[in-house]
Formats: sequence, C-alpha cells, structure tokens
Amino acid sequence: MKRIYLDHNATTAVEPAVLEAMLPYFAGEFGNASSIHTFGQRAREGVETARDQVAALLNARPQEIVFTSGGTESDNHAIFGVVAAAARSLTANKPAPHIVTSSIEHEAVLNACQALENQGVAVSYLDVGDSGLVDPGAMRRAIRPETILITVMHANNELGTVQPLEEIGRIAAEADVYFHTDAVQSVGKIPVDVKALQLDLLSLSGHKLYGPKGVGALFIKSGTRLRQFLYGGHHQRGFRPGTENVPGIVGLGKAAELAGLHLESDAARIASLRDRLEQGLLARVPDARANAAEAPRTPNTCNITFPGIEGEALIIALDLKGLACSTGAACSSGAVEPSHVLTAIGLSAADARATIRFSLGRHTSEEEIAAAQEVVPAAVAQLRQLSPTYRREVSA
Amino acid sequence: MYSEVQLESLPAAQELQPGLVAVAMSGGVDSSTVAAVLQRQGRPIVGLTMQLWNQRRLPELQGDRPAQHRCCSLDDVYDAKRVAQHLSFPHYVVNFEEQFEERVVRPFVQQYLAGRTPIACTNCNTDVKFEPLLRMARQIGAERLATGHYARIRRNEKTGRYELLRARDDTKDQSYFLWGLTQEQLSRSEFPLGELTKEEVRALAREVKLPVAEKPESMELCFVPNGNYVQFIHAYTRERGEPIHDAAGDIVTEDGAVIGQHTGVHNYTIGQRKGLGFSAGKPVYVLAIDKANNRIIVGEDEALRTSTFEIEGVNWISIAEPAAPLRVMAKIRHKHEPAAAKVEALPDLRARITFDAPQRAITPGQAAVVYDGDVVLAGGWIK
Repeated sequence: MKRIYLDHNATTAVEPAVLEAMLPYFAGEFGNASSIHTFGQRAREGVETARDQVAALLNARPQEIVFTSGGTESDNHAIFGVVAAAARSLTANKPAPHIVTSSIEHEAVLNACQALENQGVAVSYLDVGDSGLVDPGAMRRAIRPETILITVMHANNELGTVQPLEEIGRIAAEADVYFHTDAVQSVGKIPVDVKALQLDLLSLSGHKLYGPKGVGALFIKSGTRLRQFLYGGHHQRGFRPGTENVPGIVGLGKAAELAGLHLESDAARIASLRDRLEQGLLARVPDARANAAEAPRTPNTCNITFPGIEGEALIIALDLKGLACSTGAACSSGAVEPSHVLTAIGLSAADARATIRFSLGRHTSEEEIAAAQEVVPAAVAQLRQLSPTYRREVSA
Repeated sequence: MYSEVQLESLPAAQELQPGLVAVAMSGGVDSSTVAAVLQRQGRPIVGLTMQLWNQRRLPELQGDRPAQHRCCSLDDVYDAKRVAQHLSFPHYVVNFEEQFEERVVRPFVQQYLAGRTPIACTNCNTDVKFEPLLRMARQIGAERLATGHYARIRRNEKTGRYELLRARDDTKDQSYFLWGLTQEQLSRSEFPLGELTKEEVRALAREVKLPVAEKPESMELCFVPNGNYVQFIHAYTRERGEPIHDAAGDIVTEDGAVIGQHTGVHNYTIGQRKGLGFSAGKPVYVLAIDKANNRIIVGEDEALRTSTFEIEGVNWISIAEPAAPLRVMAKIRHKHEPAAAKVEALPDLRARITFDAPQRAITPGQAAVVYDGDVVLAGGWIK
C-alpha cells in the first residue's frame, strides 16, 4: 500500500540534504564541541554554522540562538526563565507577577503556566473567538502593572491560525513586557522575523521543519533577563548547559537554511493544494465545516468537522486505507477530553470529537490530494451509516 | 510454519465469513491467541485495545504496587501492541473511558449502594464491547468483531436465529456473562476460543511465540485494584463529591430482633458469613439486604435456600420467548453448578424460575442464566 502522509504538523521526514549534512557528525566528526583539540573544533564549526543558519531564518543574531532539546524545553525555558528572573526583583508585599497567554496554546505553554499558577504566579488566558485569533484589544486590557510576560503562539497546531503577533509585539513593547512566542508550527511555513514582530523570546523545533527530532532552539534577544533552566557546565555561554547534540544541531541548521530557500515557493504550492483539499471535502461531504478558515492560516493546515462521526474511528478507518491524518495535537490522541483548541473556538464536545486535521507538506503531491478527496468522503459515509447520532435529513 | 500444531477443532478458512475482522485485544493471552488463530485461518485482522479506565484516577487505591496485570494498565496496552507487532497486523488503542464509566462503573457502584451484588463484566460485554466497540469495528471497515471469550456462536438454520452456546472447555466457559447479546450482536461476533481448551490456547500462544504466552491470568475486576471493591466504592463516591456518610444500620434476625450493627449495606452480600462483627451461638449468614430500612437481615444457613425467584431485563437469546414453561438448567452466579429448574416467561421482560431443589443464596443484582444442554436460552437480572 502506498501511504499518504497528511500529518506534517505532527512531524516531518528529515530532508535527504539534512540527513546528509548530519551523517558526518555521528562518527567521523564526533568531537565534543567544547573540546580544545581539532576534533572539538570541527564539531564546534558545525554547531556555529547551524547557529548562523537558524539566526538567518529568524532575522536574529547568531548569539541570540540557544539550542535545546526541542519545542517543549524552549517553551519551558522561556516561561520559567522570565518568571524566575523577575522574581528576584519582586518583594513580598508586591502583587504576584502576571503572565498573559491565550486559551489555545500548546500544552508545553499551558501546562508550564499552570505549574506557575500553583506557585502563586497570576495567569490570564485570553479567549479566542470562532476565528481562533487573539484580540489585540483584549490583550491590551489584560496587561497590568505587574505583568512580566506575554506568551502567544505564532501558528496554532490544530487550526493553523496565525496570531496577530505584530500588533501584540507592539503592545508588549509599549507596556515594556517580555514577549515570547511558541513558533514551532510557523517556522519554516511562513516568514518569521523576530525584529518585525518585536519578540524577546521565540521557541522552535527541528522536526517540524524537515529536521531531526530531539533538537530545537530558543531565540533570546540580547539583554533579555532570563534565568537559566538547566544547571551544568558552561556550554552555550551557560544559557543551556549539556554537551551539544552536534548532529541534531547541524541538521536543524541545514533544515533552517532549506526552509529559507523554499519558503516562498512551498507556501504558494502547498496552500493551493490545501485549498483544493478543503474545498473538495466541503463539497463532497454533506454537513462538513472548515474551522477558522477565514482567519490567516499557515498554508499547509486545514481543520474540518464531519458532524456525526467519531474522529478516532475516522483516523483508524483512514489509516487502514493508507491515509495518515490526525484528530489534533499528536499528544492528545487517545485522550478523552475534547481538544481545548476546538472547544475554545466554540465547538461542542461532540463536534470537537468529530474533527480532523489535515496538514500537508513540502512533498505532498496533487495525486495524493486527489486520492484524499476520494478516500475521506467514502470513509465518512461509512462511519455515518453506523453512527447512532448522525441522521441525515432527506428532503423529498 | 505452523505445521507442528494440529488443532483439528479449528474451522477451515473456507467455512468462514469473508472480510476484515477486528480483534478485541486486552493484552492477555486469550485475546492475543484469538489474533493468532484468525491469522492462521488466513483472515485479514485489525487489533483494537480499549482504554476503559484511567489508572491515575483514585490514586489512593494504588497502594505500593505498580498498576499492572489489570485491564487498561499501560502494560496491557503495550502487551497488546507487542503481540500485533509480533504477528504483523495493524493495531489501535481506542478510548471508551466515558462509556465504561457511564455504563459499567457507575451502575456497579449504585447497585452496591442499593444493597445488590452487581456483575460488572456482563454490562461491559453488553454495553461496551459489543456495543460501541463493535460499532467502531464496523465503522473502520471490519465485518465482524472477535473476542477472547470462551463461548460459542452457532446459527440455527431451522429457526434462523444465532445461538449462544457454552464453551467446549467447561472450566473456562464464559457464556454466563454473555446472555445480554442481541441477535444483531451475535451475528457480527466470533469467539474463536470457544472450541479450544485453555491448554490448547496456551500451546498455540507458545507455538507462535506470542510475547504474552506465559502471562498470568487476571482474575480481578479490571477497574478495582486488589479486588477491594468496598475501598473502590468509597474512593469513587468521594471523587464524585458524594461521599458515603452514616451508612451504619441494624443487623436484625428474621423476627426483627436487633442483634448488631452493620457498616453500610454496600459492605455485604447475600450468603456472607464473615465480617458480620459479632458471634452468635450458631453460624449466621446474610439472608437479605433491606436498603429501604437500611437493615441487614441474618439467619441460619437453611433460611438461605429458596426455590422460586424472578428475573428482570430478560433477554431470550437463542430462542424466541416461549409461550409455555420450559424445563431448563439454571445458573445463578458464575461459580454456581447449574441446577434443574422450570422457567416461565412473564410480561415486561420478566421471567420466573423455579428450581426443583432449593438453591443457596439467590442474590439480587446477579444474573440467572438458563440453559438447554449447551445452549443459552435466556438470562436476566435477579430481582
């Protein structure tokens, strides 16, 4: 069976050129990038080239890039780091420090914020409407004198909606509040410019942009007061101790370089395939609805509700036919709770469970989209035939 | 490659229904062997493992032991997946926690609190395995659902009905838990182990080198750690914000004389001798649980024996509801040796069963199942 992969928001395949760039660093150039000798210097060269490549993609300076184990570590480092640094200057009789975020963040941000709430930090979770977008006006109103951090994701993993970071960045700058974004789902898909967005902190992950798993980066704008997250040696100027994952970092760097080269042409091509898939499914499946389709979105993502079905059953039915897609965040597969993102944009629990995410990639072909347009409607019809809740009204 | 094992009782592939079969896999040796049997028959299969209960709930019940060898523990899900990988067929974990709680756990607790002695496995079969799981199996493209139950299904060409029969291995027979299945459910189900003995199942599991071939059997109620259902009821009602208070009441004799105190009706079951909290001259047993008056009625062993009782929610499974009384063998709990009786259908899905000889501890909340030889005729809940 030739399988079709439409789950690129979960992870992507490592590009051949990325793999090729990484391979020498497993055995031949195996040195510890912190070593003085030639072995170490060669590894260091690989790491620093990667730092340049990642910085170039973000319009940042290389010294502002810290390599991490991935998006989750970057998010935790940014959020806990800002709070810990601010806590030093706070005294007991001042109000608790305050964070503003959105209700549709990835769990890496939401659960970090919740952990801080348990430690006495105040957190505001801004609602998003059915557009899936944070309202900048609401952001402005949420800021208090004790607000120390705004953290709002760039692109949402389930919907693809792109938040108005430029406006939020302006608000953060005016209020003199640190601004972090989880850009795991946007880097490599749309242009990301840390200066234009006035960001202080940005998280990204290698495996979402055709790089390897287990490596990511945190952009830390020069001058940002951030407590280190891990303690150890002096690697990466003490920002992130731990022997560098040299092959992973080299792979991330190469992936970032390729993303920069391909971004524009990829985006146009993928968006047109995505639109064709979305419109095709809406036309072929009765009662299907696209979620947050009016908002600015990443070019590769669409999110569709097929009322009357269980998303879990549809995913399995489609997988058995060779089509891979997802019910939302990969981490929530198998969870009982309906997606917090979909309920936040106003879907009922039943509709949230009847919702599927298709996320296309650099190598998705027209033939694959044509096949998906055949397979999905047939599978939905099969599920609905046996659904206890879906009764299609037949008009005479 | 399977030529060494000769299990003549397995039906040949050409007699079997075509199409994809979903296998309900718990991670245990029985349901894993089902997959091996079907695969040997050359049939396309897909494994489904139900996630039914979140082991992180009710943490006070966890004790020191890790959550293992109970259904829904991550170990079991992992075992099912390993079997699927070993035999190379697709496998998925499907989540039915909501349905399981609503249809099995909550009624189980409510029944105990109402002074009855429920059987959770019957509800799980009727209302979870052969309802949402069977539906999901068909939704994903499977024609049928196969499970590791020891029982048999046969189509009676004369009556056109699907019949439920006892397993060939009498010691493993689980037909007692399956009386609630409808004709539609039976028509879509397969019990490939019904023709095999437990020894044959183990032998087959070893033969195909299933990673769970030596796994011990789980005997406990899957969602109740350590078999302590009273502790479970307390933890569950506390979690739901409805903790049990002031459950204590009188223990009385049949004449109404108060001879002791009980700690809550959910702590008792009919026929119980131990744990009554006092010693009388003669051994005494729980005869009845009077929830309305919050009393436990006790008496001598002889008073536990009765002949006639009614069942409700009756399902006539292998035959249509009979117009006249039938001579049957009736079984009133899983470990009860079936006894000769007469069964008479009554209106509103009820029936009256009259044993030839009185039987001990006919317990409300348990099921009574009536057989004609190996054939399950009907079952219902003891009122």
